[in-house]
Amino acid sequence: MGFFIETLIGGLMAGMLYSLVALGFVLIFKSSGVFNFAQGAMVLFAALAMARFSEWANAALGGDSLAMANLIAFVGAGGVMWFVAWAVERFVLRKLVNQEGATLLMVTLGITYVLEGVGQTLFGSEIYNINVGMPKDPVMMFESVFDGGILINKEDFIAALIAAVLVGLLTLFFQKTPVGRALRAVADDHQAALSIGIPLNRIWVIVWLVAGVVALVAGIIWGSKLGVQFSLATVAMRALPVVILGGLTSVPGAIVGGLIIGVGEKLSEVYIGPMVGGGIEIWFAYVLALIFLLFRPQGLFGEKIIDRV
Amino acid sequence: MLYRENGQFKTTYAADQQIFPIAQDKWFVLGLIAFAFIGVPLLADEYLFRAILIPFLILALAALGVNLLVGYCGQITLGAGAFMAVGAYAAYNFLVRIDGMPLLGAILLGGLTTAGVGILFGIPSLRVRGLYLAVATLAAQFFCDWAFLRIKWFTNDSSSGSVSVSNLEMLGWSIDAPVEKYLFCLGIIVLFGLLAKNMTRATIGRQWMAIRDMDVAAEVIGIRPMFAKLSAFAVSSFFVGVAGALWGFVHLGSWEPAAFSVDRSFQLLFMVIIGGLGSIMGSFFGAAFIVVLPIFLNQFLPALGHLVGVSISTAAVSHAELIIFGSLIVFFLIVEPHGLARLWSIAKEKLRLWPFPH
Amino acid sequence: MKFRSLALAAALATVGLTATIASPSAQAQAKEQFFPVIVYRTGAYAANGAPWANGYVDYLKLVNAKGGINGVKLSFEECETGYATDRGVECYERLKGKGATLFQPLSTGITFALTEKAPADKIPLITAGYGRSESQNGAVFSWNFPLLGTYWVGADVAVQHIAKQLGGADKLKGKKIALVYHDSPYGKEPIPVLQELSKTLGFELQLLPVAHPGVEQKATWLQIRQSRPDNVLLWGWGVMNSTALKEAQATGFPREKMIGIWWAGAEPDVKDVGAGAKGYTALTLQHGAEPNSKVVKDMLDLVHAKGQGTGPKDEVGSVLYMRGLISAMLGVEGVRKAQERYGKGKVMTGEQVRWGLENLDLDQKVLDGMGFAGVMRPVQTSCLDHMGSSWVRVHTWDGGKWNFSTPDWYQANEKVLRPMVMLASGKYAEEKKITPRTPEQCKQ
Repeated sequence: MGFFIETLIGGLMAGMLYSLVALGFVLIFKSSGVFNFAQGAMVLFAALAMARFSEWANAALGGDSLAMANLIAFVGAGGVMWFVAWAVERFVLRKLVNQEGATLLMVTLGITYVLEGVGQTLFGSEIYNINVGMPKDPVMMFESVFDGGILINKEDFIAALIAAVLVGLLTLFFQKTPVGRALRAVADDHQAALSIGIPLNRIWVIVWLVAGVVALVAGIIWGSKLGVQFSLATVAMRALPVVILGGLTSVPGAIVGGLIIGVGEKLSEVYIGPMVGGGIEIWFAYVLALIFLLFRPQGLFGEKIIDRV
Repeated sequence: MLYRENGQFKTTYAADQQIFPIAQDKWFVLGLIAFAFIGVPLLADEYLFRAILIPFLILALAALGVNLLVGYCGQITLGAGAFMAVGAYAAYNFLVRIDGMPLLGAILLGGLTTAGVGILFGIPSLRVRGLYLAVATLAAQFFCDWAFLRIKWFTNDSSSGSVSVSNLEMLGWSIDAPVEKYLFCLGIIVLFGLLAKNMTRATIGRQWMAIRDMDVAAEVIGIRPMFAKLSAFAVSSFFVGVAGALWGFVHLGSWEPAAFSVDRSFQLLFMVIIGGLGSIMGSFFGAAFIVVLPIFLNQFLPALGHLVGVSISTAAVSHAELIIFGSLIVFFLIVEPHGLARLWSIAKEKLRLWPFPH
Repeated sequence: MKFRSLALAAALATVGLTATIASPSAQAQAKEQFFPVIVYRTGAYAANGAPWANGYVDYLKLVNAKGGINGVKLSFEECETGYATDRGVECYERLKGKGATLFQPLSTGITFALTEKAPADKIPLITAGYGRSESQNGAVFSWNFPLLGTYWVGADVAVQHIAKQLGGADKLKGKKIALVYHDSPYGKEPIPVLQELSKTLGFELQLLPVAHPGVEQKATWLQIRQSRPDNVLLWGWGVMNSTALKEAQATGFPREKMIGIWWAGAEPDVKDVGAGAKGYTALTLQHGAEPNSKVVKDMLDLVHAKGQGTGPKDEVGSVLYMRGLISAMLGVEGVRKAQERYGKGKVMTGEQVRWGLENLDLDQKVLDGMGFAGVMRPVQTSCLDHMGSSWVRVHTWDGGKWNFSTPDWYQANEKVLRPMVMLASGKYAEEKKITPRTPEQCKQ
């Protein structure tokens, strides 16, 4: 029983981490209809920028204040992501208004290559550290109740908290601010939004910037967990089932989807895995998402697909 | 001036419906095929065969298969790499487990097996659509990656999970030298290309296109979506499976599941979209573009650097390669979202009017 | 406008294509032995691939600085694979055309693919510390040289090391060992040996695969927490290793009980875990981090001091750098040996290099003379043994650098491995219809 709970908690926390990456997908798809495969590369890019800026800032400051260096790095990396957002809008999206989904998807794969190349050229292709003071050692709880206790990974716990806060902030941003309202208007209908004077181009920059900042937060958390290196980009592959399970257009969907996928894949790996030789969690996540899709083809919280003939 | 259909009168329906109604087109393509069969073997060297032409042909076949599904039937797939793996491993098992199985038989049976698997993974398409389907097909990809690593039966109990074939032979013809491998692949690809072209012109192809353009409307006029979609999955998987078997047997000789990873799936989708959705010709253009470009950049950049007098490190070259490759993809999609095939037809239009501007 | 710019692009592409086709015909100049360098400096495994490549290239430069092999200078060219098999095949074909006489593929996948091609092209493959384990049998695998050790050696030595810590092989009975492995042919290589040993020695083996690239291992380590194995063998590559160590830390598994294979025992694997990986031990192929060895000093004096170093200076002497360096040394020595038979000061062909590699005889005196004192032990190859030696050491991460915790040198148990090698290579020979070479044929 104790082990089951532990697996469950582990799954929930892993799920929150996936949600963080999934959020980036949802934000961009919701407002521009682009299925952004480059989200993984953006996470890598942002994390690389953060890690190197922090390293350089730390060296420049003489190594006394890690917090200060991290703050500078965070602002710097945010700036870099702003530039990415601007460049993507200016050179790519603006020229591809009204293209089909498949074309837009391919374009983001192109952007992925560019970001991977530029990121490694500018920041190097070794393993870098992000040290934001995450605790690494485990805590044991309920040792009297269960044999061996329940292990809580503090780092994951904090990461999950950050993810939750971020989601809250994003919801507020979307619901309560004028920019958020404009974003929702664009998501609903590009042309109607244009006709009432919402600047489409600027809105897209903002959306990609927000997605970039989400990528930055995800990059910091994953980077501090795994080390910043190329494989960070593959985290996106783990987040894809989350997005389609939750629905491409729903922010809460990304969270709920993340939790379901996280729990599902950990439980399957631990309880079904040993029977078939293990290593099943990746495809299990996709199959799980697929099963949900068979009942709700637009994902759990996605907008209903309406056919007009 | 040269390229004009004036004076070519069609007096029968058959003449009107042939693949290339314009004589110049027909002769050009026939000439091209003849050149590929006779001229290329005389001109190309071993490097060209083994590193560029053979991979190009095989991937073109796979891209053709993907194009049938994505371009003609409108079902986006990201699992093509997995279907290549199914083809390769199935053909391998047929070859090893059945005594006296001919090479071509094994490859075709591998393709048929893949068609079956394709139908299975195509079932969700009856309910799930668009990008949701695209991501769902990744389930096939990751499942196959896992299955070929884990289930020992597929790899003939090889301890490490990688398999190999050699001594390829067909009807007493030992396919050994690069040029023979090239001709073997070329023969298969020409046949399959013709098959694909004719399929897309026939009832089945028209059904696929109707489903692609508007599935509800297609259903209303009496096309069964289930049959159309699943047949597209089956035919497409068959092509991709045969390509996978060729990739394993002819190109690599020995392979592990990583040879058919998700990157391969993306690569194939790239070829189709860059080449042109819904175009047989486009699949070839796309494959050529995606196969040759990275190799070209990889060799061209150091040479360029040398010319200017700087030596570029391998790492810098490969990063630059990524950047340029990515930018070119973006560039092509912006300038011509309908792919290189569209460019081809624009060129033909222009040629028809030449030398007059309008 | 649109059309014109595209037409321009197409024209450029055509010109480029011609250049691509034309370039491989440029032959390496005479009087130079050409060494192809297959590397990955980009992609998921770049952090591990780059130091290896730097060590490899630096050693070739060092040989040149010392006057070449009996006067024959070495030329080399790098080719980037990004760890992808088809790119590796392309590199092989391209560099083969430039006169390559030996290849070191540096990836299990590429090794498998090239094993099929090398015999036809008569080019030997050196796979120092990786590749197929059964290729030790040179009678069947005439062109493969898994010099210094295979994964089967690694698996056997890892169990020996555990037994030694426990105080004898009989103490292994009833113990539990978990293998956390990269889910690919590379990670699966040790399984047959471990299964065999678990049968004879009576320990329980738990297999825990981790899917490529290994960034998510929570479930794996939950299982470890549940089953509480006595030891964990780590068979990872790249990010999988550091992630495994971090998860071990997060689940409180003692790092002292973890043993890595030699590809999981270099600086990039532990650097960003830092103190969290303290106590973690890993096998090494004879050498560890060797900043004080003579060959490294030579390297700094003769290559890096002149500004010709390939990588950063502080990387010289690190674990993977040394592995690249030693791999290059083995290739160079193969050529040198071949020259002894086929003519000193001549450029060797692939077949001649193969003979040299098969008759390699590096005794301690020769090695010490080249600056490998304390780094390496003798390597002697023969027709039946293309591995040459199976010396393995164990080093430990102290939170800042790799140290040899014990002075012990281990050697694989031939009694266990030899029958397995013969069985597996026999099966391969049967599949491929290869007649193994007889001792007489070997002498030629």
